[in-house]
Amino acid sequence: MPRGEGFDLDMMQLVISGLANGSVYGLIALGFVLIYKATEAVNFAQGDFMMLGAFITIWLANPQFLGIDFWIAVPLAISIMAVLGYLLDLFVIRKMFGQPQIAVVILTIALGFIIRFVVGAIWKHEPQLLETPFAGRELRIGELVLGFEEVAVIVVTLLLTLFLFLFFRKAKLGKAMQAASQNQLAAYYVGIPVKRIQSLVWALAGAVAAVAGVLFASKGAVDPSTGLLGIKAFAAAVIGGFGSLPGALIGGLIIGLIEPFAAYALPAGYSQIAPYAVMLLVLIFRPAGIFSQMQKKKV
Amino acid sequence: MSVSPVLQVDNLESYYGPIMAIRGASLEVRKGQIVTILGANGAGKTTLLKTISGVMSAARGSILLNGEAIHNMEADEIVRKKMVHVPEGREIFPLLSVYENVSIGAYTRSDRAQIKADLDMVYSYFPILAERAKQPAGTLSGGQQQMLAIGRGLMAAPNVMLLDEPSLGLSPLLVEEIFTILKRLNTEQNVTMLLVEQNAKVALEVADYGYVLELGGIVMSDDADVLQNSKDIQSFYLGVREETERGTRRWKQKKTWR
Ligand SMILES: Nc1ncnc2c1ncn2[C@@H]1O[C@H](COP(=O)(O)OP(=O)(O)OP(=O)(O)O)[C@@H](O)[C@H]1O
Ligand SMILES: [Mg+2]
Repeated sequence: MPRGEGFDLDMMQLVISGLANGSVYGLIALGFVLIYKATEAVNFAQGDFMMLGAFITIWLANPQFLGIDFWIAVPLAISIMAVLGYLLDLFVIRKMFGQPQIAVVILTIALGFIIRFVVGAIWKHEPQLLETPFAGRELRIGELVLGFEEVAVIVVTLLLTLFLFLFFRKAKLGKAMQAASQNQLAAYYVGIPVKRIQSLVWALAGAVAAVAGVLFASKGAVDPSTGLLGIKAFAAAVIGGFGSLPGALIGGLIIGLIEPFAAYALPAGYSQIAPYAVMLLVLIFRPAGIFSQMQKKKV
Repeated sequence: MSVSPVLQVDNLESYYGPIMAIRGASLEVRKGQIVTILGANGAGKTTLLKTISGVMSAARGSILLNGEAIHNMEADEIVRKKMVHVPEGREIFPLLSVYENVSIGAYTRSDRAQIKADLDMVYSYFPILAERAKQPAGTLSGGQQQMLAIGRGLMAAPNVMLLDEPSLGLSPLLVEEIFTILKRLNTEQNVTMLLVEQNAKVALEVADYGYVLELGGIVMSDDADVLQNSKDIQSFYLGVREETERGTRRWKQKKTWR
């Protein structure tokens, strides 16, 4: 095999695995954006939600735990995370109504610690992998060999983003969520049950985190501190402008792509800084995010 | 009149934190009427409407809609009871299209065919909304946004509309136009209206009955034509300047209701 072609294939594999990681960042960034639009606060526990979703799925599906069929365990885990999100808003976030947004932000930071502690106490700190029916399978396109999980992660993420995009554009509930985020008072006037809508946004953020967790844990091991990669997702959301859902996804993909190439080109130690350096550059040169033409709050 | 009122408010009190903004206001609105509440800036007109529509909670007193107590209900429940609040100013959804803004007014309904018919009805009263249907509502002019807020309110198929200063910031010509449409909605669509206004002149022209609100309490009430001819109303809300014997303006005239 000529040297150049092998090099291209390596590149291609690097790109795919970067995109797969980026998809997970993008999904966590979606969670940031959803909550930000609904409550004007940032949920810094979104990465830990993802980790919790992953552990709940592992607990349900893996043979050493409950060993439920994968295709039942996944929707179940997504539902559990949605319910947890809903209850979190109902019993905690809603009680903070009228407090400054920074109070909610601090609360979510504390919540992240609690989730890490509780997950560690229940499922221990060893890295765990979600056992999927398609583990270890490969996709061959000519000479290119791709991990099935990585391709699945990218495809599922694209489909979920498309679904959310259409949901906000077309569905009555999605429109109500948009309306409540654009003008809360006016939403009350037209008879939108604003509080319930906000709880549903938290439920949606929980569900999206669970999907991210399933995807993450099926292509690599998770441990209770995995949620800290939420910081990278935060950078992704900033790059996307904290505004649009597609922006968040693309921000995630950009970070996912930067990482392996920075590791390839830069000395160890510097490469980890790359995502944040890009975030700083975006903040300096395009403070409203790369998608600043989408402007302000628009889903 | 022997018929019980559509809307009856008794000794209503509501607060902003420790500040009492509505201090025991009572009023009633009968079916088919247009009732107006006059009051200066800060009198509590907006607060009163917000409390009636359930956006703010009532600390004390009662609100009956068709005889049913609604003062503990959530705002969306009250919209489902067919009473809708059309807010002052630009309380619209700026990034949604004009069409989306109007149709979201029907959020509490599911009767598709009737909703479609009501959309056509709204467009027939406000043709400009049909013309601008696709553009973001935030790009409408102030008068057009006011029409949008009224049209959006109509989409809830209300029996009672609470209107907060529909004349605010509009040219005299546009005020005439909007009030003509309100009067038509009242007679043609049988919408009972509680209309808050600082512009006493136009309000009393369309209204059957009026209340005067001061410092969160009702200080005077009467038939609209009686109020129109009342000296106090004329001097304080209609801007009629009265000459005294000495020929100077009585700027500091004592109000008789005090
Ligand atoms: N969010 C708030 N917090 C504290 N006080 C408020 C708030 N909103 C209104 N107030 C006070 O309550 C009183 C009544 O206000 P309100 O807006 O109901 O008056 P209004 O009659 O509608 O006036 P305007 O004609 O200017 O619209 C005012 O003294 C006002 O300062
Ligand atoms: Mg007001």
